[in-house]
Amino acid sequence: MEDLSLHILDIAENATAAGARLVEITIDQDTARDRLEVVIRDNGRGMDREMLEKAGDPFFTTRTTRRVGLGLSLLQQATREAGGEFFIRSKPGQGTEVRATFQVSHIDRKPLGDMGSTLVSLILGNPDVDFVYTFNFDGEQTTLDTRMIKAELDDTTTISDPTILNLIKNICEGDRDKGFATDGGEKNG
Amino acid sequence: MAKLRVEDLKKIKESMKGTVTLRDGSYRVKITVHMGTCGIAAGARKIMNTFLEKLQQSGATDVILTSSGCAGLCNREPMITVEARESAPVKYINLDSEKAKKIFDEHIMKGTPVPEYALAMGSETTY
Repeated sequence: MEDLSLHILDIAENATAAGARLVEITIDQDTARDRLEVVIRDNGRGMDREMLEKAGDPFFTTRTTRRVGLGLSLLQQATREAGGEFFIRSKPGQGTEVRATFQVSHIDRKPLGDMGSTLVSLILGNPDVDFVYTFNFDGEQTTLDTRMIKAELDDTTTISDPTILNLIKNICEGDRDKGFATDGGEKNG
Repeated sequence: MAKLRVEDLKKIKESMKGTVTLRDGSYRVKITVHMGTCGIAAGARKIMNTFLEKLQQSGATDVILTSSGCAGLCNREPMITVEARESAPVKYINLDSEKAKKIFDEHIMKGTPVPEYALAMGSETTY
């Protein structure tokens, strides 16, 4: 994974696979405290203690198509490399919360990347799931809530419409310029 | 981040009046981008972006673009499955933006699969 937005896409996909109806993605940067926090919270089926203990193990997965699960362990590694911490909380029936922190100035901290594309991919793959994206940059907060967007759409338009998705993507474009150095380095560029 | 204004949505709604979208349920072709950890790390999001761009340019309303998880062939990612009604589904492997554009023009729009990028023709369907 080359940037944090790809990690976020991966973890949020896990959330939808766990039957979540609502996935909240919160990014919080406090430059003065040299801290960046990413939280992905869902209301999916959650995990029991036994499964939770195994969740960070790269050789554990619930999937049947391959025998290793790398998503959480890759994010955990990204936090370790950038002076941060990784937490996961979950309860059966109450959803899961993944929290990753990073040292903003750390040379190995991955750039945030393209959150617009991450949100658009999530919405396309899961049009019935709602997403709340909150970006808090040194106290300046903005939010994108798909429930609000859906409420404005009538019967002839769905949130998966390319015009709507491009609008969402453009709104998030601004995030890339905010203190996050990004080389735009995504494969197949 | 600029805020999404209600006026923006209203404007879109206005411009879409009269166009009938078939995105709910009935469709001619379905494109599934495989987006497991492996797919994402290999560039699946870029492929999703490319198809979204092509979809908007073409104005096609009978094409569904969606995602699914890991299909078990992680070393062949980025990978997609194209399901056209009345014909066998095709899995395309090791994709990049250029290949995706060609697949869109040939297979999605003209109905002619691109065998050189395909893994195999004829496997499971999701409908």
